Amino acid sequence: MSDSILVRAGRPYGQEPVDIVIEGDRIAAIAEVGTATADRVLDAQGCVVLPGLVDLHTHLREPGREHAETIESGSQAAALGGFTCVHAMANTSPVADTAGVVEQVWRRGIECGLVDVRPVGAVTVGLEGRQLAELGAMASSAAAVRVFSDDGLCVHDPLLMRRALEYVKAFDGVVAQHAQDPRLTEGAQMNESELSGRLGLAGWPAVAEESIIARDVLLAAHTGSRLHVCHVSTAGSVEVIRWAKSRGMPVTAEATPHHLLLTEELVSTFDPVYKVNPPLRRRADVEALRAAVLDGTIDIIATDHAPHPREDKDCEWAAAAMGMLGLETALGIAAQVVTRDENSGSADGGADATDSTDWQAIAQLMSVAPARIGQVADQGQPIEPGSIANLAIWDPSVETTVSGERLASRSGNTPYAGFTLPGAVRHVLFRGRPSVVDGGLA
Amino acid sequence: MIGRHLLSAQDLTSADAVRILDTAGELATVTDRSVKKLPTLRGRTVVTLFFEDSTRTRISFELAAKRLSADVINFAAKGSSLSKGESLKDTALTLEAMGADAVIIRHGASGAPYRLANAGWIQGSVINAGDGTHEHPTQALLDAFTLRNHLRAGSGDLAGARVAIVGDILHSRVARSNVALLRTLGAQVTVVAPPTLLPYGVHTWPCDVSYDIDDVLPHVDAVMMLRVQAERMAGSYFPNELEYSRRYGLDSRRMALMPDEAIVLHPGPMNRGVEISAEVADSPRAVVVEQVTNGVHVRMAVLYLLLGGRPEELMVEGADR
Repeated sequence: MSDSILVRAGRPYGQEPVDIVIEGDRIAAIAEVGTATADRVLDAQGCVVLPGLVDLHTHLREPGREHAETIESGSQAAALGGFTCVHAMANTSPVADTAGVVEQVWRRGIECGLVDVRPVGAVTVGLEGRQLAELGAMASSAAAVRVFSDDGLCVHDPLLMRRALEYVKAFDGVVAQHAQDPRLTEGAQMNESELSGRLGLAGWPAVAEESIIARDVLLAAHTGSRLHVCHVSTAGSVEVIRWAKSRGMPVTAEATPHHLLLTEELVSTFDPVYKVNPPLRRRADVEALRAAVLDGTIDIIATDHAPHPREDKDCEWAAAAMGMLGLETALGIAAQVVTRDENSGSADGGADATDSTDWQAIAQLMSVAPARIGQVADQGQPIEPGSIANLAIWDPSVETTVSGERLASRSGNTPYAGFTLPGAVRHVLFRGRPSVVDGGLA
Repeated sequence: MIGRHLLSAQDLTSADAVRILDTAGELATVTDRSVKKLPTLRGRTVVTLFFEDSTRTRISFELAAKRLSADVINFAAKGSSLSKGESLKDTALTLEAMGADAVIIRHGASGAPYRLANAGWIQGSVINAGDGTHEHPTQALLDAFTLRNHLRAGSGDLAGARVAIVGDILHSRVARSNVALLRTLGAQVTVVAPPTLLPYGVHTWPCDVSYDIDDVLPHVDAVMMLRVQAERMAGSYFPNELEYSRRYGLDSRRMALMPDEAIVLHPGPMNRGVEISAEVADSPRAVVVEQVTNGVHVRMAVLYLLLGGRPEELMVEGADR
């Protein structure tokens, strides 16, 4: 039996400091600072304590593209970012469209032992959008898949989308849609805008996202099924989702850190590190997404962590792969974006950017709500005695300067290289055991 | 003062552009002599790196470099990294290892010359010879040179000149570079196209926009007709060539709407019978062949200025004019 651990003087949800005692995999007690003892002490003086973060949207690349990321390296990156659970997207090779593949991913996650790796099952065979994958077999497998997505590709056929939404009701699954009309985005390279016109890059119009979301919320309402919208990127999409929620439609939505921080202006460098799908949008879209995160229209922040080897970014724009790293920078960005005062979130970082951080909201957006959407029972639990001890402990007194080479991910395609982000992850507890201590893997 | 690279017409100030055009004018008189070569770039290595076939642009640059006595290497990179060939980076590193002083790049991907210039792969000058649907700055310079010869007696800028650019603006690097450069030189530009072939946000460009060529032609000093590619039909940009030609093609009837002195430009290659009728293409008002000649002089001027030639030197070389 493992020894007891004392997390000393941390501030749950940014509130008054307490001592948290962990025995086995659970929180045993929460006590006044200085009153508790344990076999091992982790100093959390001045730190914010959050429920371990849960990412609903991660690309771990294994099996098939282990030169970009592995379940092990991705688990390490996740732990260092404060996560205790990630959902591994299905666009691997082979595609995670059978019970065999999802069980392989799930088992490898357990072997790595740093986070819960929850496989996402493909909606359609081979992500080809033609025939439903064996959703029931994946749900009934040891991996107990509950989230299904063809992420990277849109389930575009409206009848197939309807059937998928209906079918997963049998096991309380959710379809996570990558909303992108393929015909409206053929060859698309960046947000369609004045800038795309000037740069001569084929545009990815907002309507290609918004029209699919509009269709899907109506389908979800019609079938009474749960819909989750991946990486919402436009102000118009926010409006559609806000309307759907006002009508009581069963939809949840996510925004990525990069869509909450970065704008399309970066594309004018033609540096493919800024190439991502959906693309970076206008400042007005960023503002709308931030407002939607704060008012609850957007339910969660999810990373869309998308590692790519150097050769896939060290090239001309059109040839480059789409995607950005996100696991190790997500919390720092959230800390400056999710604030009680809407105007204080600054895009340039800095330590005082976190004075007004709304930690209760971050716990909801990055742990409680994604655990609920993904049906992960052991995650997103409140910080109280009896809960599974999944904890992220964050030090607001320091700053982190991002460098692609220093990240644990096997790839280096971070758009934030050189950025100074507020704070740093100090310790992480995964099921009662330290996965990160003093900013390094335990 | 123009910098180390020529990537975009938008990077040129009016003074830069006039200087290039003036230099091209000087070089034109020099190369009218029986001995057409200048020793200016002797010992310098210039590479034409073409990922897309474009014989006319490549030989124009090649001739320009040779007339300045540079060593010229033609590197026809068949396909790009998009088609699993050697990557742009490895090609660039190879050229750097061979000591290229300038790389003239034509690439199907918008922004490829920016990567070449800014990714730290090479040290030499980069000249954009056309990147995707982005820019083609030397084409804009040769067009400006041609316009200036006809409309402004070959000197100064193009203040007040009225120029229409007609055709597939959306996919045209020639249009983007021309709108920027002609505007910088003081011209009033109108782009004319069916709405499907205008880029999103064209109303923010420094030009007027029209869907109706017949409205515009009576008020221009020059019209530039762009090539329209048949494959655009597949993308539903217009119903068919015949309808396009009827609504936007320049034929004798339409040319008669233009003021008497107005000229017709085309960057080539022309689709006779589509955007331009044979009668117009062969008429004395069409300056298409002159554009080709001017292209060599303008490209000489760009190489000359980027690779450190000095105007004084040029004046001595060309003293017998």
